[in-house]
Amino acid sequence: MNLLLGYYPGCALHGSSSDYESSIQACLQAFKIRLVELNGWVCCGASAAHSVNPLLSKSLSARNLAIAEREGYTELLAPCPLCSMELCKARHTILEDEEHRKQLSDIVELPLQGKTRVINVLQVFESIGQAELREHVKQPLTEVRAACYYGCLLTRPPKVVEFDDCEHPNSMEGILEALGASTVKWNFATECCGAGMTLAREETVIELSHRILANAVAHGANCIVVACPMCHVNLDMKQEETRKAHPELPQLPVYYLSDLVGLAVGLKESQLGVDKHFVPAELDLLSEPAETR
Amino acid sequence: MRKAGSFDKAVSALRIERCYQCGKCSAGCPMGSVMDAPPHRIMQWVGRGAIDRAVNAESIWLCVSCQTCTARCPQTVDTAGIMDEVRALAWREGVCSPAMVRTKLFLEAFLDSVRRHGRLNETELIAKYKIRGFLSDYKMALLLKDSMLAPRLIKRGKFRLFGGKSGDRDVIKRIFDKCEKVAAAEANDKTPKEAHHG
Ligand code: SF4
Ligand code: SF4
Repeated sequence: MNLLLGYYPGCALHGSSSDYESSIQACLQAFKIRLVELNGWVCCGASAAHSVNPLLSKSLSARNLAIAEREGYTELLAPCPLCSMELCKARHTILEDEEHRKQLSDIVELPLQGKTRVINVLQVFESIGQAELREHVKQPLTEVRAACYYGCLLTRPPKVVEFDDCEHPNSMEGILEALGASTVKWNFATECCGAGMTLAREETVIELSHRILANAVAHGANCIVVACPMCHVNLDMKQEETRKAHPELPQLPVYYLSDLVGLAVGLKESQLGVDKHFVPAELDLLSEPAETR
Repeated sequence: MRKAGSFDKAVSALRIERCYQCGKCSAGCPMGSVMDAPPHRIMQWVGRGAIDRAVNAESIWLCVSCQTCTARCPQTVDTAGIMDEVRALAWREGVCSPAMVRTKLFLEAFLDSVRRHGRLNETELIAKYKIRGFLSDYKMALLLKDSMLAPRLIKRGKFRLFGGKSGDRDVIKRIFDKCEKVAAAEANDKTPKEAHHG
């Protein structure tokens, strides 16, 4: 599709979720979408900033929006839903509240109009469209029975992120079904996994993650598909501990949506970073040709 | 009673007075079962001016900002936004229930790192959080926990010892300073706290 997108990686993708970055980059390259990293981007402050100083939180995001505008991007991809929501929230304020816009522009020392639209990974696949996705498939995902997990922030708060239906989202299902996968109906698609509380409140995160994993299994899923680095940490990296607390829970692979799109269009596990996951991928379910395993 | 100040203005802009106490926010809150006061209770306290009870609640530190409450409120109250405002007020006033000190230390360590580098340095975050956490409660088990995780992350190429740095670190420091100045001015915008009222 030959598209160039501004790219805001955020700290997670440049840190312990580097597998998400390789997955997105490899996958989008296959569709001729080039990501250009925002020059001098700063951390959005995540939950820490909006928890203790909402103005700081908006200012950090506003700085990134101002850089994106200066560099002329019409769209900025922020694959982490927390970054994405924070950027959308700042943009919402900039567009709706002139007094606040001026204040933010002063603080971040750059002109600020809110021109650049912020998008998530699902929106990139939706803009590629099901028809083109289908055309690119080399390895249909016929054995995949995915529980599509949106978590909290891809769709919430709806007035800010303006994406899909916040109680019954189905965009991920549409993308995966175009690749030949089936998806299960289940109850925890938008329930919270505990997000960034992994370190500070580990036991709670384990209980929340357990409910999500167990519900996916109970509804016949053979994997969970996510689009958020924190969801991946809690469901994948912490899964061993979750299973220690709940020994009856079977092992369940957790893929990024871009992993599955990538595998379907013929990329290898190692190109996408799937081999970096803690719970090993069950590649049988991808019915991959032997030499790519 | 506190003087009507920036806090009241902020929560009013988030439509606190529209709350009719239906409890829907608490019903869907993922942290509700471990909170001492679920979100609708915090909304009730804030709504009737019992701010001291709200800032002393453990729940403001347990809230994970998942936005479920805000998304579902039938009265369009920005419940999660109000949780943020209460937490920010508690932060400014240095109030934190003892059981929640670790969460607060985590947020502090996170912001320290962003202020210094413009981006998060995960090694620094974990080290600072663990050490400060240990100094606050001397729980050795928590200090050592996760240390086994590091080698596994390194093996997967998922651990960058030296995090990235933003090119515009001077600007970042100025942004922090300006925002903290505004927050400090707001903190002075109130009469001193009155104990447990409401
Ligand atoms: S859902 Fe809204 S109206 Fe109902 S208690 Fe919560 S904040 Fe109040
Ligand atoms: S944002 Fe906080 S209070 Fe609201 S539902 Fe989520 S955890 Fe509960």
